[in-house]
Amino acid sequence: MTDTAVAPAAAPTELEQPFGVLAELTYACPLHCGYCSNPVEMERYRNELTTEEWQRVFAEAADLGVLQLHLSGGEPMLRKDITELVGTAHDLGMYTNLITSGLGFNRRRAEALREAGLDHVQLSIQADEQTLSDKIAGTTSFERKQEVAELVQELDWPMTLNVVLHRQNIDRIGGILEMAHRMGADRVELANTQYYGWAGLNRSQLMPTREQLAEAETVVREAKERLGTSMEIIYVIPDYYSSYPKPCMDGWARRQFTIIPTGEALPCPTAHEVIRGHGLDPVTVREHSLQWIWESSPVFNLFRGTDWMPEPCSSCPRKEIDFGGCRCQAFALTGDAARTDPVCHLSPDHELVTGAVEAANDPTRPQPGELIPRPNPGRRS
Amino acid sequence: MRFDASRNQHVLLSPEAILVLNPTGAEILELCDGSRSIAEIQDQLAQQYGEAKTEEINSFLAELINRRGIEVTDD
Repeated sequence: MTDTAVAPAAAPTELEQPFGVLAELTYACPLHCGYCSNPVEMERYRNELTTEEWQRVFAEAADLGVLQLHLSGGEPMLRKDITELVGTAHDLGMYTNLITSGLGFNRRRAEALREAGLDHVQLSIQADEQTLSDKIAGTTSFERKQEVAELVQELDWPMTLNVVLHRQNIDRIGGILEMAHRMGADRVELANTQYYGWAGLNRSQLMPTREQLAEAETVVREAKERLGTSMEIIYVIPDYYSSYPKPCMDGWARRQFTIIPTGEALPCPTAHEVIRGHGLDPVTVREHSLQWIWESSPVFNLFRGTDWMPEPCSSCPRKEIDFGGCRCQAFALTGDAARTDPVCHLSPDHELVTGAVEAANDPTRPQPGELIPRPNPGRRS
Repeated sequence: MRFDASRNQHVLLSPEAILVLNPTGAEILELCDGSRSIAEIQDQLAQQYGEAKTEEINSFLAELINRRGIEVTDD
């Protein structure tokens, strides 16, 4: 997820009310993108919350102070009750954002969603030309996305296009931005891949080279100058190439959280394994109130604030800027979520990151390889 | 923009951001109703808060435009 700009900032140690919830309604998805951050163990998460359960959770979230609801997945349009769920959230006064591949988004359902009060549509884009786009998505979808964008324009929604950047599409960034402008996007989010879930498995095939990144940054800078305020461009840098880690989620369980298809609540969308790796029982909305989960659950308090931090974080002047980086990344790379994010150049594990970067830039490596496709686990509710 | 009872403050909601507004900010945003021009809004605020605050108010409006919290049209 992107950072949420919130003012004024309060001291991170003080428990705030959450601003946003990411509701991952299902992990089923017709696309097979190898950069997907959904969990590899998808079969575990097929017993989805019912309509009534989600509606109750949304009401609890609103009571807790949640203002923004992101409806995602998987592909949220695979939920037949999506319109009903949007309607409930809208009636509770929340800003609703649908994050979709566009598949399953037809005129009838779009009009119903408009009627139900959906505020914003975020459409994923894989590339600016059909062959590459459909190859990355692992299914025919390029044309459909163009039609969906037209429909979104016609129904006068604000529209953001999301593009996950990686080794296989980052050279197309100029064409992607032109296409986004033609499609009528208000915002484009160009996010370099973060290596969680399926993307973690595919890291070596996804990581761009230094040259690719330098070129991409030039193209983005020029496009920003050329387009001015007519289309907002957000470029999320790849943390593997940074000296400091990203301020992941603006701190663990600080401003937003995620509820996954089975009702398990997570401080971030990719923390499934972190919780289990730490020997904690998952917390679910089927067994607990959201208020207890947010305020008192061991999972949400695990890395809250700064007391948990090891060195070099605990004495670092940046500890309340980047919060020790990403717990999921520390876990994925070192097996211990309580270590400093290895992306940080001060981390004792930093060579795990520099090693991967060097491998990505090795001129002798064979290219390009195939991505392991993310499967579609289907739905069972 | 809406009033958030749980925080007792006005908030402006947009796709990826939430602005928590102080009462003055909320009052200024109330004026951005799609019918007033920027100049009219500035005049009204100058009367209300005095010329001394003009710079502060203008930078708040500029920031809102920049963050796409409000949109300015040509007509």
